[in-house]
Amino acid sequence: MIEIRNLSKRFGPLHAVEDLSFHVAKGEVLGFLGPNGAGKSTTMKMLTGFLEPSAGSASVCGHDVQKDPLAAKRNIGYLPEGAPLYGDMTPRGFLNFVAEIRGLSGAQRKARIDEVVDRVHIGGVMGQRIETLSKGFKRRVGLAQAILHDPPVLILDEPTDGLDPNQKHDVRALILEMAQDKCIVLSTHILEEVPAVCTRAIVIAKGKLRFDGTPEDMRRKAAGFGSISVQFASQVSSTDLEGLSGVQKVQAQPAGEGLTSFTVFPSGASNALESVTRAANDRNWNLTNISVDGGHLDEVFRQITAGSN
Amino acid sequence: MSNTLAIFKRELGAYFATPVAAVFIFIFLVALFAFTFGAGFFTGEPTDQADLQSFFLLHPWVFVLFIPAISMRLWSEERRVGTIELLMTLPITTFQAVLGKFLAAWCFVAISLALTFSIWFTVNYLGEPDNGVIFASYVGSLLMAGAYLSIGSFASALSKNQVIALVISVFICFGFVLAGMPVVLDPLSGFLPDSALNTIRSFSFLTHFEGISKGLIDLRNLIFFGSLMGCFLVANAAVVDFKKAS
Repeated sequence: MIEIRNLSKRFGPLHAVEDLSFHVAKGEVLGFLGPNGAGKSTTMKMLTGFLEPSAGSASVCGHDVQKDPLAAKRNIGYLPEGAPLYGDMTPRGFLNFVAEIRGLSGAQRKARIDEVVDRVHIGGVMGQRIETLSKGFKRRVGLAQAILHDPPVLILDEPTDGLDPNQKHDVRALILEMAQDKCIVLSTHILEEVPAVCTRAIVIAKGKLRFDGTPEDMRRKAAGFGSISVQFASQVSSTDLEGLSGVQKVQAQPAGEGLTSFTVFPSGASNALESVTRAANDRNWNLTNISVDGGHLDEVFRQITAGSN
Repeated sequence: MSNTLAIFKRELGAYFATPVAAVFIFIFLVALFAFTFGAGFFTGEPTDQADLQSFFLLHPWVFVLFIPAISMRLWSEERRVGTIELLMTLPITTFQAVLGKFLAAWCFVAISLALTFSIWFTVNYLGEPDNGVIFASYVGSLLMAGAYLSIGSFASALSKNQVIALVISVFICFGFVLAGMPVVLDPLSGFLPDSALNTIRSFSFLTHFEGISKGLIDLRNLIFFGSLMGCFLVANAAVVDFKKAS
């Protein structure tokens, strides 16, 4: 539903986005990651027709954003960075204004507004001026505006930025709820959000694509992914462990008195976990702790984007 | 059309959502009335005529300051707060947005002008003025206000800072008012040919407004103000497209 082809944006000598290409299909929730200034917002602005690309093109639901901007914009719901809103309006007045431009009228308009107000829980503040609302409410009014016309494509620039943990949870739940029949692109700095809501992650740095895959794929790229941390309350040496089947490398780790601790790197897809536990059982090693490293996204993020700040 | 209407309604509402409208209208009326009666008093030329000449002759000068104050927020504010990103990613064209905002500001000026009705009552009570001339003068005043507003809206798109927008539009508007006056024409007459001077003079708001306020709604004056508005609004849209993201 979203197609980005060789998209580039230059601001003078600065390459904000360079030759970026990707597709997003219906049902996908794409997490758009990257350090500050990587070009995430710039890409989203080009995708929504706010900025003109220096080269390349973007299309939404088959409509080229440059050649047929109105058709493309009709299919997009957009929450800009920082959720800018008209502070002098009430949420009711504001949503009515957006609904009018989105071509909703009469009973249909009322029904849609009632539905989104209910979904983002802003029913209690509908008559208050937007500038008097808290950050969380403002963000939710911004979200309500984006989903008002039930668009097939949703583009959300840092939808959970500045929200408290409960509000973040609500927004994530809302995104998951809508994910099935939409195509959603969201940017975020909060990496734990990625496996929680995204089916796919893209990392860009300095305007270039650095990674494109599932959150699980991204985790696998972590240096310590799949390694096993073990701790024994008995004297075990690394050579003992190296002799086990499926073990490629063992690193001794500092441990408390009377304890020994190691990181075991399995060879390939072998089941080192099983051989370690079996050996512990057979040889009466007193196993006190064992865990498998699932890969840390922030570690991978740093790996991928290193040197770009 | 419906998009323009939606933006028109939002913008007009924005004027009245804050005390801006009340404060503006109050000071606008006080200033106009004070100058009208004050000027008549100081010139000391009682005309024995019931007309509103002295009232309407003030409009070009009062508008130079007041109209840019109405138009300065139109685009500056959107860019400063960032709502322009919201507005321009809605399925509307830039010109629809420009036109909607302009018409809202124009409507606000029309409301302010309509509220000067008491002066019209007064002259009708005191004597028998030519109401046709007064009507034509109001039409001319509104047209001229539209021209000022299109300049102000254009200037507002140039800067995120409302004060800069105000200063730029006051400067341009002042230029258009003075274009027909000796203060501009005399220094230029030394080295510019008469045809050039006539062209400059023909851009003067004063000349065109005075034409209408004599009671004669001349097509040329209508075309002048209309095409001036058109040009500045088209330029306005171009500036919005060019500068919206910066």
